[in-house]
Amino acid sequence: MRILTGNDLKTGAVIWWTGSDWSLHVADAVDVTGREDELARVEEAERRVNVPYAIDAEMHEGQPRPAHIKDRIRALGPTVRQDLTLKPADPDIRNWVI
Amino acid sequence: MVEQTPPAEGRGPDAGSLIRYREDEPVDHGAVTVDAFLAQTNASAVRVEPGDDVRELLPHLERLALIEVNFPAFGDGRGYSSARILREAGYDGELRAVGDVLVDQVAYMRRCGFDAFDPDAPLDEDDLQAALARWPEVYQSAADSRTPIWNLRN
Amino acid sequence: MYRYDQYDQQMVDARVEEFRDQARRRLEGKLTEDQFKPLRLMNGLYLQLHAYMLRVAVPYGTLNSLQIRALADIAEKYDRGYGHFTTRQNIQYNWIKLEDVADILADLAKVEMHAIQTSGNCIRNISSDHFAGAAADEVTDPRPYAELLRQWSSFHPEFSYLPRKFKIAVIASDTDRAAMRLHDIGIQIVERDGALGAAFYVGGGMGRTPMVAPCINPFVPLDQLITYAEACLRVYNRHGRRDNKYKARIKILVHEMGAEEYTRQVEEEFAHLLEQGVEPPFAELERIRTFFADPPFDAGADVALDRSDPDFALWVDRNTVAHKADGYVSAVISLKPVGGIPGDATAEQMRLMGDLAKEYSFDELRVMHTQNIVLPHVRKADLHAVWTALDGAGLGSPNLDTVEDIIACPGLDYCSLANARSIPVAQRISERFAANGKTAELGQLKVKISGCINACGHHHAGHIGILGVDRKGVENYQLSLGGSEAEDVSLAKITGPGFDEAGIVDAVETAADVYLRERQDGERFLDTYRRIGMTPFKEALYG
Repeated sequence: MRILTGNDLKTGAVIWWTGSDWSLHVADAVDVTGREDELARVEEAERRVNVPYAIDAEMHEGQPRPAHIKDRIRALGPTVRQDLTLKPADPDIRNWVI
Repeated sequence: MVEQTPPAEGRGPDAGSLIRYREDEPVDHGAVTVDAFLAQTNASAVRVEPGDDVRELLPHLERLALIEVNFPAFGDGRGYSSARILREAGYDGELRAVGDVLVDQVAYMRRCGFDAFDPDAPLDEDDLQAALARWPEVYQSAADSRTPIWNLRN
Repeated sequence: MYRYDQYDQQMVDARVEEFRDQARRRLEGKLTEDQFKPLRLMNGLYLQLHAYMLRVAVPYGTLNSLQIRALADIAEKYDRGYGHFTTRQNIQYNWIKLEDVADILADLAKVEMHAIQTSGNCIRNISSDHFAGAAADEVTDPRPYAELLRQWSSFHPEFSYLPRKFKIAVIASDTDRAAMRLHDIGIQIVERDGALGAAFYVGGGMGRTPMVAPCINPFVPLDQLITYAEACLRVYNRHGRRDNKYKARIKILVHEMGAEEYTRQVEEEFAHLLEQGVEPPFAELERIRTFFADPPFDAGADVALDRSDPDFALWVDRNTVAHKADGYVSAVISLKPVGGIPGDATAEQMRLMGDLAKEYSFDELRVMHTQNIVLPHVRKADLHAVWTALDGAGLGSPNLDTVEDIIACPGLDYCSLANARSIPVAQRISERFAANGKTAELGQLKVKISGCINACGHHHAGHIGILGVDRKGVENYQLSLGGSEAEDVSLAKITGPGFDEAGIVDAVETAADVYLRERQDGERFLDTYRRIGMTPFKEALYG
């Protein structure tokens, strides 16, 4: 599957396209295969997202998991500071990222 | 990538986006390429591309009334050096920045000796005034007449 | 240290308002991201892996306590309570909001700081020797020249859209503590017949094509310094490659054109520019120099030291460096705790370092390119108090220039350019050597880790260098040996096939063991490698 990501223009936060809006959580991302370019163009023009692009992902335990480690780190936060990630208390998160 | 550059038709005062900081009348005919200029003797306007060596023009400055310096992409800064070299050589005709010229670049271009601008996309008048009024002083010497801070101090 | 006058203050204030206006136009959609990007980069603002990142300039690495407290305040008010000191003596924040940036720049301007030209294709922050003004071996303090270059390069109208970024370092001793010859321009202030001049080294750099800069002029008179720099830059701006960003640095120009031809063109441009009168009045250099006069050292400072506390004595031996004034040392604050993140400091730690600088080091701190902090002028008699305070704050690691004192770029944990993580590798290596007890025996061993070929972690210049690469979506690490950023500059060579994360830590230990086995009296790791070559290391690593 392909999922669409970018950064919030004002805050810089990593965001994911949910089908109707943008979310901080990659778990909310939806498959946009075939519609990446059009969605990216429209959303960027409206400044709801900055530099959007699509990445490969696969479903993992019912939720999208980016295919590449870089996108997984981007989705969650730095592996060396779990306290700063979106899941500061999840003991299994390392296995999801690496 | 640099496009072929025919005489810049449609530019100039009639195009509507020309901004000039000169009192004299604009040259009313198109600029030719550096190669074309060097090959003929009657042109008084030339257009410099980023890869051109403007020093080739220096023997002929007295017959030039307009030098356009093209910026095919705003990030290509060779035109800033071209402008300063021309002014350092004493060229006092019109020096016009054309192409992908953005409002946030105009103040530096003025310092390098440009006194006219013909950007592809028109500049917002308020933004332009703000940009030109931005810097109270300058640190270094350039092609303008502003006194550097280090001369003001000492 | 240098202090702003009304002019400097006006200029940074104007820059704050310029950026405020540019950010507004971006948020309103009047600027596209493509148009905004070079503008924000020239104010140190990146869009990184997780958020915007702001890099704040620390000119020639010098800070006072007021400034580092302001940096601490910014970390707490606008970021997540910490900052990261970089290999170019700057500090960067990882979690910045675009809508806050102008306010941050305004806070910086209040303490005579800025983020001007800390990124972008322009002349970057000028770096220098972190022991400047304290080192016994310098011919003069290099920082006045760095400051003059800072002013000249700030908002330079001709050189703000260069082919690529441009980094300048200035030193003033034969010992190179600033990786001078791995800069686009390295300047060494030298003495000849009683007069000072500037030796220009041009075209060095790391990145994907590492090069050591050749000397193109051994002695530029100081009253022509700026004119010569201007000539170097103009030749580069006109002729540097713009068709391929990977070949756009000046090192490629100097290499392809040949140092001789580049030098000839610079000299020609220099002769021309001398007639243009672009040089600042010499009085300006004299004015700047007065700011860098020696602080009032205590001539009666006690030269003896109570070494009865062994932990303290170890720290003194490892982390303090001889000073030009009797009874003083320069003390290095390690930002490399075992298992920690190289170069990171919390707001509380920054405030403590500021307090110590204020009380014990004439209100001065330095950022090292090795991502540590220096208290440049500490009386030996005060060292125990300094160490006690540092140790209590996790800043007392006695590991300067050891295998634990690792340079590491942010890597894939933070950086959108990275291919692999750097920080965890640094953490595992320092943990490994702290546990196996070999750190002391290994002595000076500089380990440098980059998470991609851009080499922000200086891996080409590591006695042991590590480069993280992406091998089919899996992090992989190439080992290299024999680099040096110092006066014995050299570029490291790759040992062979790469390793996974666990494997690279083992490989570093294996290489260290080869050194311990093969070394002769007084040899550092680097010396042994240079004497015996790669083969014994390869045999141990892959044999």
